[in-house]
Amino acid sequence: MSKDAGPGGPTMAETTTRIGFIRNEGRRLMDRWWQEMTAADAAGRPTAYVFVMGSLDEILRVFDLPINCPEITSLQTAVRGRSLEYLQTAEGYGYSPDICGYVKADVGLQLKDRRHPNGTVPKPALAIATNMCNTYIKWAEIWEQMYHCPVFVLDLPAWRGGDAAPRLDSDAFRNDRRYVEGQLRDLIGLCERLTGRRFDIDRLREAMAEVNRMAAAYHAVLALNRHRPAPFSAIREGIVFQGISNLYRGAPEGSRFFEGAAEELRERIHLGMGTLNEKYRLLLTGTTCYAALKRFAELFEEWGGVFVHSTYMVFAGGGFASDFAYDVSRPIESLAETLLLSAWRGFSTPMFYAQDWLAETVRDWSVDGICFHGVKSCRTTSTGLPDVREWLRTHFDIPGLFIQSDLVDPRMWSDAQLKNRIDAFIESLAGRRATGSNEAANAAR
Amino acid sequence: MASAHSVDAILEDCRALVEDPGFPAVHRWLEANPGGKVLGHFQVYFPEEIPHAAGMLPVKILGAGSAVQIRKADARIAAFVCSIIRSSLELALTGRLDFLSVFVTPPICDAARNACGVWVRNLPQLNCQMLYLPQNVTSPHALPYLRDEYRRIAGVVEEAAGRPITEDALRRSVALFNENRRLLRELHRVKRETPWLLSAVEAYTLVRAGGVMPREEHNVLLREVLDLLPQRPGKRQDKIRVVFEGGYCEQPPADLLAVIQDACYIVDDDLLIGLRWLTEDVPAGGEPFANLAAAYLDGSTYSPVQHDPRKPKSEMLLRRIREAKAEAAIVAAPKMCEPGLEEQVNHIRALEGAGIPHLVMEFEEKMTVFEQMRMEVETFAESLLLDFA
Ligand code: SF4
Ligand code: SF4
Repeated sequence: MSKDAGPGGPTMAETTTRIGFIRNEGRRLMDRWWQEMTAADAAGRPTAYVFVMGSLDEILRVFDLPINCPEITSLQTAVRGRSLEYLQTAEGYGYSPDICGYVKADVGLQLKDRRHPNGTVPKPALAIATNMCNTYIKWAEIWEQMYHCPVFVLDLPAWRGGDAAPRLDSDAFRNDRRYVEGQLRDLIGLCERLTGRRFDIDRLREAMAEVNRMAAAYHAVLALNRHRPAPFSAIREGIVFQGISNLYRGAPEGSRFFEGAAEELRERIHLGMGTLNEKYRLLLTGTTCYAALKRFAELFEEWGGVFVHSTYMVFAGGGFASDFAYDVSRPIESLAETLLLSAWRGFSTPMFYAQDWLAETVRDWSVDGICFHGVKSCRTTSTGLPDVREWLRTHFDIPGLFIQSDLVDPRMWSDAQLKNRIDAFIESLAGRRATGSNEAANAAR
Repeated sequence: MASAHSVDAILEDCRALVEDPGFPAVHRWLEANPGGKVLGHFQVYFPEEIPHAAGMLPVKILGAGSAVQIRKADARIAAFVCSIIRSSLELALTGRLDFLSVFVTPPICDAARNACGVWVRNLPQLNCQMLYLPQNVTSPHALPYLRDEYRRIAGVVEEAAGRPITEDALRRSVALFNENRRLLRELHRVKRETPWLLSAVEAYTLVRAGGVMPREEHNVLLREVLDLLPQRPGKRQDKIRVVFEGGYCEQPPADLLAVIQDACYIVDDDLLIGLRWLTEDVPAGGEPFANLAAAYLDGSTYSPVQHDPRKPKSEMLLRRIREAKAEAAIVAAPKMCEPGLEEQVNHIRALEGAGIPHLVMEFEEKMTVFEQMRMEVETFAESLLLDFA
């Protein structure tokens, strides 16, 4: 473990003002986005509904189409402690308790005249759904029915089982890339028709360059958490990072936010500030429970357990694979290719074939154990988690805890049961530490 | 399967075939074709012509109903996932699918896509692949993409079969499967028009047998049944005509269908829709991969797991009801099935809008107790009979 994760970081005198930046700037940007949403609704401005895995903000910015991210608005109903009323509205309309909680929170929101605790979301003029979660497509079909808006499904074929890594020189990859590129050109045409504006390729280049800048800063932020103690919590600050990386993708404020965040984290490291008195370094697979966000964190933190990384920060944080970079000299081709690679390494494999990524992260972020959080209503992130846990235990001797609750449904939170399981897990980590098993397993990896 | 010369005898054979989780027809084929290779494919649609043209036996893998106790798969898959995903994996983990050389799953839903990773990790001897069928079906780029995706899968198949797929062989396979689909359409027509001659459960059993036996034999069997059906004794009863919707992936137990058909005629359904996904013959001439791709995109029916703005699913259901001259619908969904449960809501709204009576239900392939459902179906059917009286 390197203790100097922030090489070249600023001196203390230059940076003391950075403490608090993530919280304050994150809140400011989120508030501003809500104001834009509410204003767009009031003005009847056409808005695009998009999803975090493959939002295509790069193209939408060219047409000045504001974006609504319903996954984020659904998540926020839970963080604000209000998700149940939205869920129950959707269930009253006929949606089963077993359906994705994000979908239901959003259906509830739409049925409540789009009034959210944070503002009002506009109606969709266009919905874009990638196949990275099949539920995205079903969700978009709900808006299609409600608002008769066009739904653009972007196929990102990507991982096909078998080989974990894409072979860029294969016919199969070339076929996928051609298909994605063709679809992007279709989408550009659709946006032109919808907005009455001509496509400006230079504006696309600008947006892509901003995404490159954001991705570099985002990676710097993630890498800073290799430091011990970790300067941020992947579930507390992680939720802010995830929100900003999606809502401000392609915008200079977004890139600046992550550059500023990296500065604050370097300063935290410089000052020896961890998120708490760190004893155990944890990795989260899947998402946390937003209906019990604070409690979820506390159950680990009371033992000194800190989440230093999560799969969520990858697949829901822009899908920035480690070598993510657009080539802005050939924008559409590069957008297609990079999206496909994001779909492969940033979205698909961290969710569907996660064992290698998890094992590498355990090694590189000095993780003591993995929490696999099965989300009852999200099969995309949860279906194979017990299997991955078992795989990592038997192949790499990585300890894992499998627990279940939900994303936004407080009815699925069973505090006493979760506490028992978490307590037992942390005690087992303590036992491993006492016998030196962690070090032995890490050395063997 | 030997010719049995009566519909009932053929049905009995087919029932034994589909209820046996040991895939007896596959083993018979392997005995008759030493060294033959088998490709398994998960729901909903797979172009079986491709493995067939390489001399492989394509077999549908669609769970195990209540025939297999799920033990090993439960330790691999989260609890809130539908049964077909678990029971299909259980078949593989317990060695019942050891005859497979290749397993292909289209990522029809979040659970299926995720399950592919589980298969890859746990079955290293098996080549597990996803066939990515487009969801952006109206894009002009979907056709060349799918043609080449089929070619990619053909490459996997050729490697497993140890022989190339020639265009001529593929055309011959297309012709064979065209014939199979034609016979299946005919079977459904008979059930739709004269459900007293062929019940829904019987038709379903005959169709399902096709998924686990060589299609050449299935064609012979279907022809024989279709020849025999007009002479079959059967008397029209005063029953409500319903459409059953919700059987596109996980299969409802035949006993559940039997409960429904005790009270109603199920005149149309989407059970095993993948086997009749293509609604017209695939052209015999020209480039067969492109023809198969075009048929998938433009000559096909609908299901909750394919997005196609040209085929709004609830409008398609209303059309199915109209064309079957049905008076009501049973709108079912497998438990824990995200796409099915979501579609159910759309269907309910559309049926309400059209004033079509409907009964909503959830099922699981491994259900064995149906009393509650029997009561619901009987009450539903009786109320309709009184209404229409
Ligand atoms: S199923 Fe999971 S990944 Fe998909 S929209 Fe719902 S919460 Fe998100
Ligand atoms: S039953 Fe539904 S959830 Fe299960 S595999 Fe089929 S489509 Fe997916």
